[in-house]
Amino acid sequence: MLVLTCPYCGVAAEETELHAGGEAHLKRFGPGASDEDFTGYLFGRENPKGVHFERWLHANGCGKWFHAARCTATLELFGTYSAQLTEPPEPIRKAISAKRPGWRWREFS
Amino acid sequence: MSTRLTRAGRLIDPTRPLEFRFNGKRLRGFAGDTLASALLANDQMLVGRSFKYHRPRGIVASGAEEPNALVNMGAEGRFEPNQRATTTELFDGLSATSQNHWPSLEYDIGAINTHLARFLPAGFYYKMFIHPRPFWKHVYEPFIRQSAGLGRAPKARDADRYEHFYAHVDLLIIGGGVAGLQAALTAGRAGRRVLVIEQTPHWGGRAPVDGGEIDGQPTEAWIGDALAALSEMANVTLRNRTMGAGIYDHGYALGYERVSDHAPDGGDAPRHRLWRIRARHILSATGAIERPLSFAGNDLPGVMLAAAMRDYLVDYGVSPGDRTVVVTNNDDAYRTAIALKEAGLEVPVIADARDHATGPLAERARGMGIRVETGMGIAAVKGGKRVTGVALCAQAGEGAAREYVACDAVAMSGGWSPVVHFWSHCGGKLTWDRAGAMFRPDADHPPTGQDGLPMVTAAGAANGAMMLDACMADAVAQARLATIAAGGKARKTAPPEVECAAEQAIEPVWIMPQGAPIEARSKMWLDFQNDVKVSDVQLAAREGYESVEHTKRYTTLGMATDQGKLSNINGLAVLSDALNAEIPATGTTTFRPPYTPISLASLGGEAHGELFQPIRKTPIHDWGDANGADWEPVGLWRRAYAYPRDGETVEQAVAREVTNTRENLGLLDASTLGKIIVQGPDAGRFLDMLYTNMMSTLKPGRCRYGLMCSENGFLIDDGVVARIDDQTFLCHTTTGGAERIHGHMEEWLQTEWWDWKVYTANVTEQFAQIAVVGPNARKLLEKLGGMDVSPEALPFMAWADGQIGGFDIRAYRISFSGELSYEIAVPASQGRAFWDALMTAGQEFGVMAYGTEALHIMRAEKGFIMIGDETDGTVIPQDLGLDWAISRKKDDYLGKRAQVRSFMANPERWKLVGLETLDGSVLPDGIYAVGQGRNANGQANVIGRVTSTYHSPTLNKGIAMGLIQRGPERMGEVVEFARTDGGRIPARIVSPVFLDPEGERQNV
Ligand SMILES: [Zn+2]
Repeated sequence: MLVLTCPYCGVAAEETELHAGGEAHLKRFGPGASDEDFTGYLFGRENPKGVHFERWLHANGCGKWFHAARCTATLELFGTYSAQLTEPPEPIRKAISAKRPGWRWREFS
Repeated sequence: MSTRLTRAGRLIDPTRPLEFRFNGKRLRGFAGDTLASALLANDQMLVGRSFKYHRPRGIVASGAEEPNALVNMGAEGRFEPNQRATTTELFDGLSATSQNHWPSLEYDIGAINTHLARFLPAGFYYKMFIHPRPFWKHVYEPFIRQSAGLGRAPKARDADRYEHFYAHVDLLIIGGGVAGLQAALTAGRAGRRVLVIEQTPHWGGRAPVDGGEIDGQPTEAWIGDALAALSEMANVTLRNRTMGAGIYDHGYALGYERVSDHAPDGGDAPRHRLWRIRARHILSATGAIERPLSFAGNDLPGVMLAAAMRDYLVDYGVSPGDRTVVVTNNDDAYRTAIALKEAGLEVPVIADARDHATGPLAERARGMGIRVETGMGIAAVKGGKRVTGVALCAQAGEGAAREYVACDAVAMSGGWSPVVHFWSHCGGKLTWDRAGAMFRPDADHPPTGQDGLPMVTAAGAANGAMMLDACMADAVAQARLATIAAGGKARKTAPPEVECAAEQAIEPVWIMPQGAPIEARSKMWLDFQNDVKVSDVQLAAREGYESVEHTKRYTTLGMATDQGKLSNINGLAVLSDALNAEIPATGTTTFRPPYTPISLASLGGEAHGELFQPIRKTPIHDWGDANGADWEPVGLWRRAYAYPRDGETVEQAVAREVTNTRENLGLLDASTLGKIIVQGPDAGRFLDMLYTNMMSTLKPGRCRYGLMCSENGFLIDDGVVARIDDQTFLCHTTTGGAERIHGHMEEWLQTEWWDWKVYTANVTEQFAQIAVVGPNARKLLEKLGGMDVSPEALPFMAWADGQIGGFDIRAYRISFSGELSYEIAVPASQGRAFWDALMTAGQEFGVMAYGTEALHIMRAEKGFIMIGDETDGTVIPQDLGLDWAISRKKDDYLGKRAQVRSFMANPERWKLVGLETLDGSVLPDGIYAVGQGRNANGQANVIGRVTSTYHSPTLNKGIAMGLIQRGPERMGEVVEFARTDGGRIPARIVSPVFLDPEGERQNV
């Protein structure tokens, strides 16, 4: 039962208030995309033991989507941030580097 | 025999006798007794039969770790199996029966299994029941089902009430022994919000039984002072009868409060209360559990844990036996011998497996005249349903009996294991303490919380600090750390002054004697409840089971309701020895919540019956109730399936409703239909992405039927979109889809196209919507009067705002039935009044309400698809012949790329067709069509299935829709459908539009 703070309304929300939305920062591929790109977009997902970026919906709250960075092994939370970003913001990346030096996730580090 | 002593126990109120029944026998106990202590006071040592061999079993422990004394409690709505007698408080009128025997506890047929033990080794079920295959279904499974499970499941509805309770605290302390109370004092004084939960009714744990002094006073007095001080603190909450059940992520914990188990006629109180706790930090002060020793016959009634025997003596004034042999590998059991002797009972011998016993406790026992034999173990316990004596032997040898000692009880102690469950639930690691012969929390690898810092601190005996002085010193040190972790400030303080006897080190002895032969090892029980013996674990090791997790499942060690509280460490030690490995290298099994079983009803809490989930009712619901509606759930809504009249069956009502709507006039409560407003400068662009069709070209005042797909290309919803003005659309969704589709819109707006200027609002419940359907529909609206509803003013697929009968309405000329139809929306508050007005004015036109089944039949007669019938998450619009609703002009929409994947474009896909049986009968729903030949598994090749099937009252025959391989290319062909009984039903492929293909009825 995680507790994540919604960056929109500021509520430290219990997992029962939230809805998990899978991996964050997927790039959409539409008509004209190659089979490989489109397959990767639909089905290719990271499965890390460690640093991960996820989408969460404050479903029984303000109704906003946001992003969370956390460790899948220890459930440590590195931070939550806006869903309207295509990559993790610098403060979040710094916070992760402080606790998991040398981390990598997709093209980010 | 076991009996009540004249000297009253510490917890007993001798002035309050209570009467109870065990297996129908009337017995007496006192207020303060547990069921176990009261049974022992009545010489009822035999309390049950073991699971596999039906061995007679007695009470072994005095607390939550008890494996044997499981009883059925109560009757009817309060019947509950597998209740531990040791944690059941006695009350007047209590009625319990023993389990797992037939015909009676004393004479049990199943006990024959004990003589077959040789043929029932570890893994027996896996080895035996594999062959021959047919035997499984007809012989083995019925046999196992008959014998499986302890107790019987209750049949009556639970008569009690249960509830949930939420608590947010800085520090949760699990365990109200001296360590827990000391920690509460520290954190409480630091101003932290503290919750202390204790599973028993009593505070202080076992310190008052074990003796010693804290701060110059007996432990019991210190506990009293601590409780008095804590009760003065407004920031500290103490809850007894509340067990820590489990610890979960980010400081979430469950407490299980047994509110009225001990006083079942306590009026309005719930029976159990589930505490759902969020704590900044958790301190585990859960104490330790004594381990049994493994010697032949250690499961006979009368063999008990030494400390449990001491508890019965001191707490309840009950002596489990008159002559007790004590067997031990540590000093603690000497306390039991001393207590027994002080109570005037006989202790013929203490058999100590260690080669010397020179500590103060041993000296004191000798001083009292108790014979102490070192280097000595038990070769065998003699007796049947009760211990009659023991054969002593050298611990170092192979069990040659040195001496026979008559006795009626044996007190055993194999040392103590810290209760590490709450340290381990969230991933805390353990370390093997060689000196203490125990696993204890590894402070370097604690469970961590949201911030990555330690989430749980262990203190006292739970942290491996077993003796009172060490325990209190550890409690003080850990309490400080826990207080700081909980956000408080705490200075280093000196531990209280503690007086307690020094103890000589334990000798890790796991089986007795060391070189016991196989006959003896086959009678040494590790897991009393699941009947797992030393020989079973050794056999598992010989058969190649090296992992403790595999051995557990192969032998069932530790898999019973006690989850191996007594057996795990002993079993692990035996396994390690058999594997020639160190104990820490073998490792432990996983500790999982709950600590002891908790009632399912407490997990449900108040969420049952009417409170299980909310029911959504339309503004017209009450009319349905008053007019015989046959309700069906659609999502959380209740919709009328049909409105049967006097003497009608539901089927007759459905047929009447269809016919009347087609011939006269029908009203449908369509209020549950989803209504989502999409507004903004980019609304058209947004809907073009969401729907397969072009919505941005829709003119204000017009409606368009649209399809929505997922990014996978699959159809997820459909409905009519109305353009309200240049920047505003109203999207109708399916009844079940409103929230989901609104969420789908928001997800794309928030996470992909966040710079598009669009707002959405789900206004489903703001409007009642009534479909006025049938040849007389326009006549009714014209009679009520108001806006122009003529075909010229309001043609098919148009909408208009206006007034009808004095109501402000919005009328949509859309039809899901194929008839002349107006769907009319009014503000929800006007819904019932408008419905009533339509009903009254419609009498002369033959108006009748119709329900969802009539709706379904009429749409199927017209070949209209239904989301969830024709779609199942694998169907694309092209499968349903809906290519006309897919725009070719758009560059993009959700699902467009997916729909050109090779599999989606495969001409072999199952596609929508109509189906008619040759004899006019109705095809079974979901039935599969079979083609030529067989597949690789020898099964008939499947070429399609029925998705909707009805008897059409209009056409007076069965009609169906289905998805058939290359279906539209096979018009007129007869295909066969396979019944579950092996029979085949031929049906002809036809157009899915059974009625009025030109649409002449609706377009008038
Ligand atoms: Zn929020």
